[in-house]
Amino acid sequence: MARLDIDFCGIRSPNPFWLASAPPTDKAYNVERAFEAGWGGVVWKTLAEAGPPVVNVNGPRYGALLAVDRSLIGFNNIELITDRELETNLAEIAAVKRRWPDRAVLVSVMVPCREESWKAILPRVEDTGCDGLELNFGCPHGMSERGMGSAVGQVPEYIQMVTAWCKRYTRLPVIVKLTPNVTDIRFPARAAKAGGADAVSLINTVNSIMGVDPDTLRMSPEVGGKGTHGGYCGPAVRPIALHMVTEIARDPETAGLPISGIGGIGSWRDALEFIALGAGSVQVCTAAMVFGFKIVQEMVSGLAAYLDAKGLASVEALRGRALPSVTEWRYLDLNRVSKAVIHQDLCIQCGRCHIACEDTAHQAITAQRDGRRHFEVKEEECVGCNLCVNVCPVPGCITLRELAPGEIDRRTGQAVSGTALDWTQHPNNPLRSGA
Amino acid sequence: MSEPHRADIRPGRLAPQTYAAHFADHVAPLTEAQALLEANRCLYCFDAPCMQACPTRIDVPSFIRRIAEGNARGAAESILESNPLGGSCARDCPTEVLCEQVCVRHTQQGQPVAIGRLQRFAVDALMASAAPQIFTRAPASGRRVAVVGAGPAGLACAHALARAGHDVALFDAKPKAGGLNEYGVAAYKVAGGFAQREVEWLLAIGGITLHSGWRLASAAQLEALRREYDAVFLGVGLASTQQLGVPGEALEGVLDAVQFIGTLRQAEDLGTLPVGRRVLVIGGGMTAIDAGVQSKLLGAESVTIVYRRGPQHMRASRHEQELALTQGVGILHWLAPVEVLGEGGSARAVRFARQRLEGERLAPGGEEIVLETDMILKAIGQRLDGRVLAECGLALRDGRIAADEAGRTSIANVWAGGDCIAGGQDLTVEAVAHGLRAARAIDRQLRGRRSRPEQ
Ligand SMILES: Cc1cc2nc3c(=O)[nH]c(=O)nc-3n(C[C@H](O)[C@H](O)[C@H](O)COP(=O)(O)OP(=O)(O)OC[C@H]3O[C@@H](n4cnc5c(N)ncnc54)[C@H](O)[C@@H]3O)c2cc1C
Ligand SMILES: Cc1cc2nc3c(=O)[nH]c(=O)nc-3n(C[C@H](O)[C@H](O)[C@H](O)COP(=O)(O)O)c2cc1C
Ligand code: SF4
Ligand code: SF4
Ligand code: SF4
Repeated sequence: MARLDIDFCGIRSPNPFWLASAPPTDKAYNVERAFEAGWGGVVWKTLAEAGPPVVNVNGPRYGALLAVDRSLIGFNNIELITDRELETNLAEIAAVKRRWPDRAVLVSVMVPCREESWKAILPRVEDTGCDGLELNFGCPHGMSERGMGSAVGQVPEYIQMVTAWCKRYTRLPVIVKLTPNVTDIRFPARAAKAGGADAVSLINTVNSIMGVDPDTLRMSPEVGGKGTHGGYCGPAVRPIALHMVTEIARDPETAGLPISGIGGIGSWRDALEFIALGAGSVQVCTAAMVFGFKIVQEMVSGLAAYLDAKGLASVEALRGRALPSVTEWRYLDLNRVSKAVIHQDLCIQCGRCHIACEDTAHQAITAQRDGRRHFEVKEEECVGCNLCVNVCPVPGCITLRELAPGEIDRRTGQAVSGTALDWTQHPNNPLRSGA
Repeated sequence: MSEPHRADIRPGRLAPQTYAAHFADHVAPLTEAQALLEANRCLYCFDAPCMQACPTRIDVPSFIRRIAEGNARGAAESILESNPLGGSCARDCPTEVLCEQVCVRHTQQGQPVAIGRLQRFAVDALMASAAPQIFTRAPASGRRVAVVGAGPAGLACAHALARAGHDVALFDAKPKAGGLNEYGVAAYKVAGGFAQREVEWLLAIGGITLHSGWRLASAAQLEALRREYDAVFLGVGLASTQQLGVPGEALEGVLDAVQFIGTLRQAEDLGTLPVGRRVLVIGGGMTAIDAGVQSKLLGAESVTIVYRRGPQHMRASRHEQELALTQGVGILHWLAPVEVLGEGGSARAVRFARQRLEGERLAPGGEEIVLETDMILKAIGQRLDGRVLAECGLALRDGRIAADEAGRTSIANVWAGGDCIAGGQDLTVEAVAHGLRAARAIDRQLRGRRSRPEQ
């Protein structure tokens, strides 16, 4: 049996599945239920300075992008950080940690960008007995208008400065949570590392407006006739999150920095992708908010079965396994040739592949043969772009076949080369090495 | 001696409140939530097979996608543009042998997209809306066309001609327009008075004058129409019924199934409609199924459809046969009636001869059986009352009017379509297609003439 337990920058957890700092980790009641359900850890809903708590809107704070069957694709919120008293949160964190010593209890913190503020709160957080600290530099709405959250996360110098303060005032591992609302995620990650961060976690939510109500012609959701951009998360953001995690994992300047992967994780497969691209733990918010805490059991079961089937002894053995497959475009082998193949026994003759290729790709799929409806790839036109594979409603009905070296590509009339040729070497590249 | 036979045929077999439930929609209308889900199963196929299978070429992927996008009105516009009787076709069509049979979701999942039900959803939504009229008439052409028969073929033709700017006089022998939609199709398919609502919607386009109770009964009448109008369309359907041609057919209790259904469709109170305790339906088509099922719904204790060939030969689709069976109607095969046995002037049983196939031909196999009954419904087919039409000089083929691809008959300026012409399948949707194609041809011809120099 593969081991699911992890050691993430010194924080131990019986499995890699943590609840992200968000409503599911808002208070002891939720966190107790989460631990009972089997979550390996939680990042407590972001704490603020002592004093009067923040105030949330008393109207819709969530919006969603739903699929036709009303399954949730994307989720948006304008919730602020915790709206409960600091003392209450701290007391609950301490009690929960005492009751669940084997689980990871991390605490997310967001206070103003002043050294005294961090100096004041960190010892109190440490006193709860929690396992680690997460710096919320990601919240993109509300708090950012007050100079916190993503307002800090978008300025690498601030990240480095605040991280350094935290390392000075606490012995706890410090994880910096990054905002995706930047042009190049490597810069904030490098800043976190330079400030002494033990790890980064990402992504926080993406700036978003969910839509416009066609009746009122007002943006939605809205409160009293007005709305504001919110933070987007859920399955729709997963590819963005995977890219950002990969960028940090591949960046020589941050290589080896532990990463907690977040963004659209709802199943063991999603978690697998983050781990294979370098994440050491994963965090979940939306999926728990849609399905409840029990889904962690399905994730644990699936990941364990997968690791066993693959002969991988632990989560650590999976970590980063897909990273060597990621490179820059210029290193892709331009000599490889693929052709689409339609498996006629599976084809239901909807014609989607034909019209997609005909109107928007390479006119490489027939619509008829001998006067009858028939969809077949014309290899002499096909460039192997994969569009038809993506639009076909039948799984496995269209596949790409890579031509063997020596085989004739009927589009070009040339034999497929057995040696690799990338753009850096390509004759059409005026800047090719040696040109 | 046993008791003298008395046929048990009487009304009111059911509790009064039961009738409404029995004759309500057999296929429930889709709710909006169901329609959205179902619409999203459609793959928006290229050169969609379902569309090719529709005699009126309704653009199925387009209208379904409009439903999916929350644009039911646009969906109805698309449907009615191709088929102004899209509402009744959505209810009448045996979709299982038309569009839905070839739906690729049928191939893939064994469950086609519910095209007919979605079509009904869209058209019903439009008709229930505040502004159900979507078509406007072209500028008046000054041309006049006579349409004889206000069934699906005649209505479709009249509507298309009116849209094109011509004035239409629509004649029908019956008191109400609608043809078999009003007098023939099973009550539970077109529940809620839909046939008349649709007629109203069609006539509301303007330019159509309905003359009910006008029967074409002589060659002189047709001559007069030809003189008075620029063109004539005949959509008279099949007004008479085939006879069994066996002894005892005239006994009391032997009824024509179409007439029986017609009476049922017009009954104010179904509780007043007499039905036998035991009913035999003779035939194998849609009419036999409908007559059988509706007898059962009226409270008949046992209903049996008796057909002279095998299940695979029945004109009723497999789906319809199953409908009959699930309604508790029995179906017997390979039995042809030989004699209706009577007592005291009313039928009490039918003697059947077991049939077998000799090559393609049916032949009695020697064995005979007698089935006792109280009522017999004859549903062995409709035919054209061709006498008047032949007198008019119309060429007939296979007992129906001979017409070309556009519906042109052998007489100049006389078109025909629907059940009354040869070579069709006797379906509502096909009658509509015939009416529309004739309207297009008539319009072309009238426009051609108008553009002549003397105009
Ligand atoms: C019992 C039954 C059930 C059916 N069920 C279905 C079904 O579920 N689905 C389906 O698709 N099809 C069904 N059909 C077939 C369908 O009803 C017909 O194909 C369709 O109605 C044909 O349309 P039409 O306009 O040609 O003729 P009709 O609908 O028959 O209309 C002809 C019209 O012409 C009038 N007329 C006739 N003679 C004269 C005359 N001499 N002068 C003036 N007016 C005249 C009639 O009064 C009638 O209004 C059924 C048929 C029957 C008999
Ligand atoms: C309602 C809501 C409130 C959130 N509040 C916080 C927060 O207080 N602190 C924080 O660091 N992230 C917060 N997040 C972001 C999540 O922790 C997480 O980074 C993001 O939702 C992406 O993960 P997911 O796709 O699994 O939801 C919040 C998200 C949601 C949906
Ligand atoms: S791979 Fe691209 S080019 Fe080839 S058939 Fe498919 S869509 Fe057309
Ligand atoms: S998209 Fe797939 S199922 Fe549809 S015609 Fe093409 S190969 Fe066949
Ligand atoms: S065949 Fe079926 S899936 Fe394809 S367009 Fe028609 S209804 Fe839609």
